[in-house]
Amino acid sequence: MQDHVQLSQTKINDDLLAGVLGMPKWWLPSVVVLVLIIFTGLGAYGYELNKGLGVSGLNRPVFWGFYITNFVFWIGISHAGIMISAILRLTQAEWRRPVTRAAEVMTIFALMAALSNIMFHVGRPWRLFWVYPYDFSRGIFMNIRSPFVWDPSAVMTYLIGSSLFVYVALIPDIAIVRDKATGKFAPKIYGVLCLGWRGTPRQWRLQAIAGILLSALVLPVFVSVHSIVSWDFAVAIGVEGWHSTIFAPYFIIGAIHSGVSAVAMIMALAIWLWKLENYLRPDHFDAIGRLLIVVAVTWFFFFFVEWIFALYTLEGPELALREFQVFQAPNMWLFLGFLLTAFFIPVPMWMFKRVRRSPMLMFFSTILVNVGMWLERFLIIIPGLARRQPLSFDWGTYNPSIVEILIVLETFAFVALGMLLFAKFFPIIPIFDMKEGMEVREEIKIGRRIVPASIRETP
Amino acid sequence: MAKRSVLGLFTEDQVDEAGDAMEALASAGYTTNEYEVLTGTPYPEGTFGEAEPKHKLFRWPLTGAACGFIVGLLLTAGSQLAFPLVTGGKPILSIPPMAIIMYEGTMLGAITFTIVGIILESRLPRMFMGAYDKRISDGYIGVTVTTEEDRIPKAEEVLKQAGAGDITHGWESN
Repeated sequence: MQDHVQLSQTKINDDLLAGVLGMPKWWLPSVVVLVLIIFTGLGAYGYELNKGLGVSGLNRPVFWGFYITNFVFWIGISHAGIMISAILRLTQAEWRRPVTRAAEVMTIFALMAALSNIMFHVGRPWRLFWVYPYDFSRGIFMNIRSPFVWDPSAVMTYLIGSSLFVYVALIPDIAIVRDKATGKFAPKIYGVLCLGWRGTPRQWRLQAIAGILLSALVLPVFVSVHSIVSWDFAVAIGVEGWHSTIFAPYFIIGAIHSGVSAVAMIMALAIWLWKLENYLRPDHFDAIGRLLIVVAVTWFFFFFVEWIFALYTLEGPELALREFQVFQAPNMWLFLGFLLTAFFIPVPMWMFKRVRRSPMLMFFSTILVNVGMWLERFLIIIPGLARRQPLSFDWGTYNPSIVEILIVLETFAFVALGMLLFAKFFPIIPIFDMKEGMEVREEIKIGRRIVPASIRETP
Repeated sequence: MAKRSVLGLFTEDQVDEAGDAMEALASAGYTTNEYEVLTGTPYPEGTFGEAEPKHKLFRWPLTGAACGFIVGLLLTAGSQLAFPLVTGGKPILSIPPMAIIMYEGTMLGAITFTIVGIILESRLPRMFMGAYDKRISDGYIGVTVTTEEDRIPKAEEVLKQAGAGDITHGWESN
């Protein structure tokens, strides 16, 4: 990382706490707009609860629609958060410092949004507790052979694990907010939240180990969650296009593709909204751009293999499904849009250093990726169910209703609001990590050049 | 008996002086349990001549994983045996799905125990801050001594001699 601005500890505090101790002008109007969108979505959900799932576009044979598409999408987004943070921490990549917190927080809100989609999707959400071993009085327990029980156990493990991970890494920064906050209650509340942190060598030592140890523990959970989500589909032997052994790694790499893109989007937004250009440098975008090329190409390889092996069987129903996905409107337009936005437009863009170093271009290219990856999930889920089969008594098609569209929009507003609220109360860039990065930097002379260097200690 | 604490504050550039203060405290007869350095940013280990902190953190994830695994096993096997409904012609105790939930239980146990371990091994939560200065968050370095009241004046003198700019007093419960 050559591109670097050396800043004092006071300056870092002032910059990174500006959004916490003050309120940017755009913050309140943005929150109001997002709350309105959320209430509109919740209103639509109230209507659905009252009238039943008939108000959605779900009907025979397409019982999984926008909600499940959106569930898989948000699970995917949640993945890169912890993945990028954990891998960068484990490898001690220097460019991780300003990126990790936002990525981890995004994981939490994306997971909550994903879980809410399940609630929207089921006809009787008041029975959701049946997935937990609760009903002792009647002796009826959940069926653990069902993937719908694996899902909540994996997602809840991931949510609890990543929330605790974020909290532990946040403690030193909460202590800084405690020291900087004014007023009667704020210092006390932050004082309680930071558990009386003082910054002793022992505390710093354990904080460093925590980053590595928790990363190592969360990574296997991250892999398991999207594998299990993919098995929601892959264990269904009756639906062509779903029953595939490659689904688990394919879903994981797809999740990383969309999630790392979302991290790049948030980095660009942080520069524009919180004026953090001294911390998120073009080098950071360059690094994440290069990572995205690797991830996108790997993802495309899995996509390609999944298709090749499906076609290689030459089984009639499988070929009919693929034909339905690619050559029949409206799927064909969605498929074209998916390929262009998820791969063929952004990846060639990222080949150019100028694009990778531009927050604006990275922002737009990564938005494209996420549009594409949402379409990918839609194209996996809906055509498989909608394909017309012989002797089917009800050849339905799927048209999402306005209720579903509003609820899907609500989830996007929810995640955005969650990030804004978090950034209002806690630093979105890890302050202590940035300070440490400044401490361990030095300029060394090699021959006739002076080059920046980082001193690294093995924890 | 309540202990008192005193803190000497050094500027960001006085890293060596803070280290000297730690040495001087040791020479003056204070034990390593009585004095410590407080910083707003992690410094490389041993910067101030402090001893390497001993901890047993690595026991926590292993214990948590074992507990999580056992809970997962009891939950999956117990609930299926308690309500033995055959679905899809599969055995009641079907190993692959049980393994999934046991795996998640193991990882959840390991993570939660690790978090608890990190907090407790960090000597947190701490009810009383003792002598502390908010400027530590701005890069200042604090050297704090927590000891019996009659030994505080001597510690204060050592800190001043080492170059501490400001001296703050506080108290602790233990």
